[in-house]
Amino acid sequence: MEAFTRLDGLACPLPFSGVDTDQLIPARFMKRSRAEGYGGYLLHDLRFDGEGRPRPDFPLNAPDRQGARVIVARRNFGSGSSREAAVYALVDYGIRCVVAPSFGDIFASNAVNNGLLPARVAEADCEAMLAALQAGAGDITVDLEACRIELAGHAYGFEVEPVWRTKLLNGWDDLDLTMSHMDAVKAFVAADAELRPWAAPRQAG
Amino acid sequence: MREAAGPRTLFDKVWDAHVVTRREDGQSLLWIDRHFLHEGSFHAFNNLKGRNAEVARPDLTFGFEDHYVPTRVRDLAKADPAIRGMVEQLRDNAGRHHLRLFGLSDPGQGIVHVVGPEQGLTLPGLTMVCGDSHTATHGAFGALAFGIGASEVAHVLMTQTIWQKRPKRLRITVEGQLAPGVAAKDIALSIIAAIGADGAAGHAIEYAGPAIRALSMEGRLTLCNLSIEAGGRSGMIAPDETTFAYIRGRPFAPEGEAFERAVEDWRALASDPDAVFDKEVTLDGAAIAPVVTWGTSPEDTLAITQTVPDPEKAADPARAAHIREALEYMGLRAGQKLTDIAVDRIFIGSCTNSRIEDIRAAAAVLAGRKARVPGLVSPGSAKVKAQAIEEGLDRIFMEAGLEWVDAGCSMCVGMNGDLVPPGERCASTTNRNFRGRQGPGSRTHLMSPAMAAAAAVTGHLADVRPLLEGRMPAGESG
Ligand code: SF4
Repeated sequence: MEAFTRLDGLACPLPFSGVDTDQLIPARFMKRSRAEGYGGYLLHDLRFDGEGRPRPDFPLNAPDRQGARVIVARRNFGSGSSREAAVYALVDYGIRCVVAPSFGDIFASNAVNNGLLPARVAEADCEAMLAALQAGAGDITVDLEACRIELAGHAYGFEVEPVWRTKLLNGWDDLDLTMSHMDAVKAFVAADAELRPWAAPRQAG
Repeated sequence: MREAAGPRTLFDKVWDAHVVTRREDGQSLLWIDRHFLHEGSFHAFNNLKGRNAEVARPDLTFGFEDHYVPTRVRDLAKADPAIRGMVEQLRDNAGRHHLRLFGLSDPGQGIVHVVGPEQGLTLPGLTMVCGDSHTATHGAFGALAFGIGASEVAHVLMTQTIWQKRPKRLRITVEGQLAPGVAAKDIALSIIAAIGADGAAGHAIEYAGPAIRALSMEGRLTLCNLSIEAGGRSGMIAPDETTFAYIRGRPFAPEGEAFERAVEDWRALASDPDAVFDKEVTLDGAAIAPVVTWGTSPEDTLAITQTVPDPEKAADPARAAHIREALEYMGLRAGQKLTDIAVDRIFIGSCTNSRIEDIRAAAAVLAGRKARVPGLVSPGSAKVKAQAIEEGLDRIFMEAGLEWVDAGCSMCVGMNGDLVPPGERCASTTNRNFRGRQGPGSRTHLMSPAMAAAAAVTGHLADVRPLLEGRMPAGESG
């Protein structure tokens, strides 16, 4: 996983609350292989009309937001389905950080597992950032070391679970770490079989 | 690693019993007792293939064909090739790794969150995960069950463990007794309306109180199922006699002496009387009315007797913007009576409301009546379907003019092709009224099975209570 320390890039406002994972990637695209890239499906039904033409009034389609790396949205971003494809769509599109007052829990952990930072900000700060972006600002700096965002001459603090921060800063993958604990797992399983003999499924299946 | 004594909650007890080790940063490595998979697991299996890895515990891993299966014609050869490919991929992966698969031809086939409990795979005190956000459903038994993403699915497949940060604890107590015609779905949606669609984010929910205790297992499953719509990754109910009676005799559940020993352990799982929660919410069960959603988030819930909200009267600008966008998408006017909203079709099904009690509740309203709009009824499993047929409920739906089909996720998410056409309005027993959830441009109103049946009979959103006069099944609470 690619480490995330500091990002200087373009931000796009998405002034909606509850941008759920069904919006981030509609179910019908989830049969596709990841190798094709999911970026084209990001927010598909909001970005494009029924004929597949870009909707000119959708923020991500604005000419001055092309190449955005950061999205600023309202509360409850990524709620709903656990589909990790929602994160794939954001990452494949080029987004490395989403800023919002709250996130769906499963979305946020999926994000971190793919090197995407879910940065939680105060509701008032979020509204201030949205206003600045809608007034034309674009360049944003997200500093994960300092948990600080700079936009249009203002600095805002953000929060992210400390364990996620460490993981993102180092680009860690859980699996290597787990493998180093396999002896503890074995010991747990042996002790547990005594403590909870009923926990195993009865039929061999 | 059993942790220190002291008053603990149900959640604490189950969590503590599964901690393999703890990292300095506070993450715990949890042992997983059951791992459920569906067709969407292909990303995770690709990850395994890339690492040349095996499934660590095939005996604890179960596959379910549900998300993509056709519900009208069961022959896969006749299905859309892309859909067939999804099902076949799961079959290949289950075959390669020797996993028990509840496939289309299995008499136990159905939606993962219906089949788990039905087969006795779901038990109190277990940790359970699935790459599906409604995994919280299994918490109805006092299991710690939560949805995970594809990277986590791969991790569990390879290690049978998962790293988690301990969530905070939220207790939602529902006092009193439900009024007639009010179902578990009405409780769940009323909770979400009260605390918001992110109200339980970062929290493990425990549902408690007399109105919860009075629910059947089916009702409890519906309630816990919707925990994620309040932002909670898990929702649990302490196991009791209702739970034990349900589990006894199920195929994968312990039997004989092992069962008695298990019940003893399960009784001890209830939260200690002086256990402390990080947050408490209390609702009056008697004040809960049959509800419907009007907007594009499950928190957009109102009693059926009310009117569509007005964005001009919203407390803050973000809420006003949400109401305005939702009304536009849903094609509604502020101030319109909810009962004046005509529907184009109804859907009864999904892991939220497709168990036998749900089917009975809908049938009780439809018996001897005709549906004014088309609709689809998809029982949650082949077993629910067989039971309903035995009770003659299938005939009630067909005589009413509704389609009675096979089990699967169906119109909940439309992955199998069961879609609500663009612009159409559907009264639905599912869990998400998100834009486009039931198909591009679809408009969804969430409600209980009885309320969906009432919408079918009247052709508009309707209060089920007058339609139930003289025909309430005793003790109905589905
Ligand atoms: S019925 Fe719907 S919510 Fe339930 S598992 Fe299937 S797709 Fe998910």
